[in-house]
Amino acid sequence: MRRRDLIRLGGLGLTAGWTLLAACQSAEPTATPAPPTSTAAGAGMAPTASPTPAAAATPTAGATPTVMTRSQSAVVTIYSGRSKSLIGPLLDRIGQELGLDVRVRYGDTAELATAILEEGDRSPADLFFGQDAGALGALAKEGRLAPLPSELLQRVPQPYRSSKELWVGISGRARTVIYNTERVKPEEIPASIVDFAGNERWRARLGWAPTNGSFQAFVTALRRMRGEDVARSWLEGIKALDARVFPKNSSIVQATINGEIEAGFVNHYYLMRERAQAGRPLPAENHFYTNGDPGGLVNVAGVGVLVTSRASDAALALVDYLLSEPAQRYFAEQTYEYPLLEGVLAHPDLPPLASLNPPALDLSDLDDLKGTLALLQEVGLL
Amino acid sequence: MTASAGRTTIAHSLLQRWSLAVIRPSEVVALVVASIALVPVLYLGWRALEGGERALASLTHPRTTWLVLRSLGLAVAVAASSALVAFPLAVLTERVAFPGRRWLAILLAVPLAVPSYVMAYAVVAALGPRGTLASLLERSIGLTRLPEVYGFFGAWLTLTLVTYPYTFLALRAALRGLDQAFEEVARTLHAGHWVTFWRVTVPLLGPALLSGMLLTTLYVLSDFGAIAILRYPTLTYSIYNQYRLSFDRSAAAALAVLLVVLSAILLIAERHWQRRAAFYRTVGTRRPPVLHSPGWRSWLGLSLVLLWGSFAIGLPAGMAAFWFLRARSLGEQLPGIGEPLANSLLVGSAAGLVTVALALPVAWTVVRGNGRYVSLVDLPLWIAYGLPGIVLALALVSFSVRFLPWLYQTLPLLIVGYALRFLPEATGILRATLAQQNPRLEEAARTLGLRPWRAWLTVQFPLTLPGIGSAFALVFLTTIKELPVTLLLSPIGFTTLATAVWNATADAFWSHAALPTLLLLGIGVVPMALFSWWQERGAERSNE
Repeated sequence: MRRRDLIRLGGLGLTAGWTLLAACQSAEPTATPAPPTSTAAGAGMAPTASPTPAAAATPTAGATPTVMTRSQSAVVTIYSGRSKSLIGPLLDRIGQELGLDVRVRYGDTAELATAILEEGDRSPADLFFGQDAGALGALAKEGRLAPLPSELLQRVPQPYRSSKELWVGISGRARTVIYNTERVKPEEIPASIVDFAGNERWRARLGWAPTNGSFQAFVTALRRMRGEDVARSWLEGIKALDARVFPKNSSIVQATINGEIEAGFVNHYYLMRERAQAGRPLPAENHFYTNGDPGGLVNVAGVGVLVTSRASDAALALVDYLLSEPAQRYFAEQTYEYPLLEGVLAHPDLPPLASLNPPALDLSDLDDLKGTLALLQEVGLL
Repeated sequence: MTASAGRTTIAHSLLQRWSLAVIRPSEVVALVVASIALVPVLYLGWRALEGGERALASLTHPRTTWLVLRSLGLAVAVAASSALVAFPLAVLTERVAFPGRRWLAILLAVPLAVPSYVMAYAVVAALGPRGTLASLLERSIGLTRLPEVYGFFGAWLTLTLVTYPYTFLALRAALRGLDQAFEEVARTLHAGHWVTFWRVTVPLLGPALLSGMLLTTLYVLSDFGAIAILRYPTLTYSIYNQYRLSFDRSAAAALAVLLVVLSAILLIAERHWQRRAAFYRTVGTRRPPVLHSPGWRSWLGLSLVLLWGSFAIGLPAGMAAFWFLRARSLGEQLPGIGEPLANSLLVGSAAGLVTVALALPVAWTVVRGNGRYVSLVDLPLWIAYGLPGIVLALALVSFSVRFLPWLYQTLPLLIVGYALRFLPEATGILRATLAQQNPRLEEAARTLGLRPWRAWLTVQFPLTLPGIGSAFALVFLTTIKELPVTLLLSPIGFTTLATAVWNATADAFWSHAALPTLLLLGIGVVPMALFSWWQERGAERSNE
């Protein structure tokens, strides 16, 4: 009896030990990242960055050698809320050109940000790449992001970066009204997005995504610019028109293309992507508000370096590259977003960034979504 | 000498009885597994308490009650409809000698590997206002209005399509383990075919049916993908939004605690309903059921089965094929999928093996354990199963980064995560299978001098095999489509077919999602086919 129990115990112990061993072995490559190259965040970058726009054509030429000599193929861990289909090729290229071992965890922007909050000081992430300013703001507010060197920040126009210098926009995304060209004449689109509300022309013909981050950023803009009352009555007005609720922008775009709805509130680039994939002309068009209307808000996808990063030099080199001409051209051509670096042009099918004339609004304000969420809940949309 | 020998034997037997009555090794394992499953529940409690007033506010919001009712309504409706669908499918493929019925059965389980949001896209593409069916009807008979796919109907249909295999697989395993004698006795008592079926066969399938329906109910309660696309807000929808929009972990946790309570009530109701009944024969030897030869009714049934199957598989496969062909006609370069494929096969098999290995002692304890509350040992597992994936994933992130940092974001932890998420799928089926076995068999083997593990291996294991196979297949199929745990806990850079599909559809790169979706369906066949082949080979051998 006793011997049998001993054997049983031994078996259990062996199994447990084996599992532990296996765990440790597979843990090793991820658990021991770059040699600790932690200097004060940003200090390593300042001298390497290119100071003049002329040098921006080859910004990495200056950056590469310093990084290379400092830490041979340092590991940079990115938590990316932007999908692999969108930026995977770019990150691969950056890794090769900078001699960095770039490791990316792709996921939902908000879920990854929440994971970083859960991880706290033990987060393995060096860099967070978020799809909207809101998630970056949430991380900044919880003290998870380190200040960025002003040289990097200044490459991007002032509205598209954190006023507290904790994150920087990489690409711009304009809010537009997408409409089906077979059912809607361009002149039928109201001059202000506010005028959609209460307009019977649009009854049961609109699509929106109240749970979408970009949409909520727009509502925040509306509140800031026109006041709570206007925002509330607008939301109630659109709801009263039986606008269809979609889970995200891309579904609105599809529904507009196939005529399920006639118009919807979206970001500009989804239509561009659908066009590129369709292989036929699509009966849909984007309407850009270029008159400073809240409907023409320009939000950003951006990055922040974590305070806990052990490879902040390498992470900053990566940000430097993302704000260089080749990377910005990639965003213009591959993701159809607006490059934020001066001198890099947007996709030829799009109105240029300078002509958009978006509403004057501090994107850092967008991290305070509480008021907007409360409003959406009050109206019964969440 | 003889006296002392006698005394030791008595001591031995006493010791043996004590150890049998109080703690068996299987019960220890079951307890350990159950306490690991408590981690997410504790995490939720902690987060919710931390939130204080905010958490309370989200609980007492009038909308919350409405969401709970909607969640429950959908879950009950889907459980009922998937049972209605699964029952004839299982009986026809298991009891009637159709040619190729094994292959049919294998294919019918595959929709389980389809992520619910992909099925939702397919349902919208096919049945939506401008979908395939609508344009077909408009062109042929001029019908322009279809019933609204968004809302309850679409969510119900989509979730029935992805969850019916739960009940189907559970019923198949139970039918296979069913003892022919019960039905024969009924027949000798002059009960007709139908009476026998309804009064004898169906009640005997009760445990399997209930466990399948319970899995379905909890799956629906925790689903986010389908209900978001089909616009049917539920409690889980609200939980996701708390994370996504306000980064409010406390409010989300408070709502998730509500889900925990819901699952617990459902579970206790199920246990109460099922109680403890014997589902095995007490004398003679068990014989496998005989196949009926197909009559006209069976053929009619088969055609309905085929229709349903082609609907459930054809929708996602058709949509993915459309994406693929469109991309090919445009000459688009598609990303490679060798690595995601290999990874999916790896985690699917590993999670399947580990989960079944952990589920066996748990199921054993629930069915055979001593003591009144032992049968509730799997309660925490089911509760964890009813939680939305993101809640479980964040709980594991929070726990492992603090207490097991060397395991964080490694393959072993990922497998543990899968096991934790899918254990009830395995315990449910194994419980139903074990309930069909007479414990005297094992005891007889023991009295004949076999050691416990030998007795288990030679007597119990072969009888449990159908259940083990079905349980492995279930866990495999749901693991390869799993997303939230995979995204947050996998080793960095680790891609599976599910993450490939998600990465592509998240930003509307439909063509990139085409091949991984088709492959998900393709490898969904693998575990079932292998198991079926293995079993048939075994049957041939024993016939020789």
